[in-house]
Amino acid sequence: MAITISKNKSARSITQRVRELTGVDLGACYQCKRCTSGCPVSGLAKCPPSEVMRRLHLDLGDELLNSDILWVCVSCETCSTRCPMGIDVAAVMDALRRIALERGAAKGEGNVPLFNQAFLKTVQVFGRTYDLAMIAGYKLGSRKLMADTEKFPTMLAKRKIALLPPTGADRRTVRRIFKKTRANKATDQ
Amino acid sequence: MKYAYFPGCSAESTARDMHQSTLAVAQSLGIQLVEPKGWTCCGATAGHQTDRVLSVALPAATLAKVKDAGLDLIVNCAACYNRMKVANHEIATNQQVRAKVAEAMGRDYDGSVKIRHFLEVLLEDVGIDAITAALRGSLAGMKVASYYGCLLVRPNEVTGFDDPENPTSLDRLVAAMGGTALDWPHKVECCGGGLSMSRTDVVVHLTNSIVGMARAAGAECIVVSCPMCQINLDMRQLDIAKVTGNHHDMPVLYITQLLGLCLGIPAPQLGLNKLMISPDRVVRAVVNAA
Repeated sequence: MAITISKNKSARSITQRVRELTGVDLGACYQCKRCTSGCPVSGLAKCPPSEVMRRLHLDLGDELLNSDILWVCVSCETCSTRCPMGIDVAAVMDALRRIALERGAAKGEGNVPLFNQAFLKTVQVFGRTYDLAMIAGYKLGSRKLMADTEKFPTMLAKRKIALLPPTGADRRTVRRIFKKTRANKATDQ
Repeated sequence: MKYAYFPGCSAESTARDMHQSTLAVAQSLGIQLVEPKGWTCCGATAGHQTDRVLSVALPAATLAKVKDAGLDLIVNCAACYNRMKVANHEIATNQQVRAKVAEAMGRDYDGSVKIRHFLEVLLEDVGIDAITAALRGSLAGMKVASYYGCLLVRPNEVTGFDDPENPTSLDRLVAAMGGTALDWPHKVECCGGGLSMSRTDVVVHLTNSIVGMARAAGAECIVVSCPMCQINLDMRQLDIAKVTGNHHDMPVLYITQLLGLCLGIPAPQLGLNKLMISPDRVVRAVVNAA
């Protein structure tokens, strides 16, 4: 594993910020690589979880936020479950994704942040997910217009996709939660 | 037996069959389920990848409603189950998070509602003996691969569900129904979860490995208890065939559908027509004693 350290590090250390967000003792990692061995997508990423941990030890700069593992990680938590030192690697990955969003880092193949945004938008509006609106929002934004279209007729016939938006949710509380968490975030930075 | 029941958003779209078969099985076994009024989305993966307080406050909004009702909460979707257990854990162990969540939703919640997966209720509260006594049919030795995925069993210190590396809850039910629960290595491998749309290539890669392994182990069907696992393992077989040329033709059923069949509930009431890979062989193979 060769790690290149770039000189243009951000003023605020990513390692420090991950510690603040997660409370994880990053120093406990001794690079046994069990996380990477069990990771279902480590073979698909240039920077597997054990290397993320090593990069954090070295307090690397923004290139860490552009690692492909961030948005190909499936949040399966195998890494956290198998870490012999009890490090919550999945929480570290979540923290890195949030920092990447804050700092406008690369969104990676498939634009997962756009999917998350489209998903949460329907929750914010309806109190529950509304697949049709979420799919439309994601497809328009990512220009993946044709993906899965051949399955739509069958899914509609089988009523596996709801045509009408969900009703009955406590929308007021959900809207309040979105409003307040957004406001908190603005004061955090 | 009376419980609060959280159907989860997918119960109204991709997983109507899970919802339908759960209600049918519950009714058949004398379990009363009450939906908390105004329940809302748990935030799922999109929530916790975006904001920590949001990811705890969203499930807490429903949990606070259940707290008022004073019942245990049954959650059937593994992803919702996971998010709700994590929310309880974070609120109960971190005062700062609890305060921020209270401010976000406009009321305090202490993280005390007991959250159970429907499988846990079947095994612990109803019990294998009572289930066996209620059976009207048998799997007659059918080879079944039990697939648990990620979010029921991980992180185990939070979910407390079964064994994180070799869970047997589904296997025990399969055996009780007269099936052969296969010993196979991909029980807790990940199906790709929420990447189904954004990184279909990754999901095809992962599910091909899982379904392929079930097939190699001799499985006649896969049984699951999570709507994300179900749709990824079932619907993505169409993409697996296109991308890899592997036609697995492996039915992927919810445990409640399989159990429903053996309890003598008619197939239409279990939503079996909603599966993309036809479960007809499985339905025909269930030997009805009645």
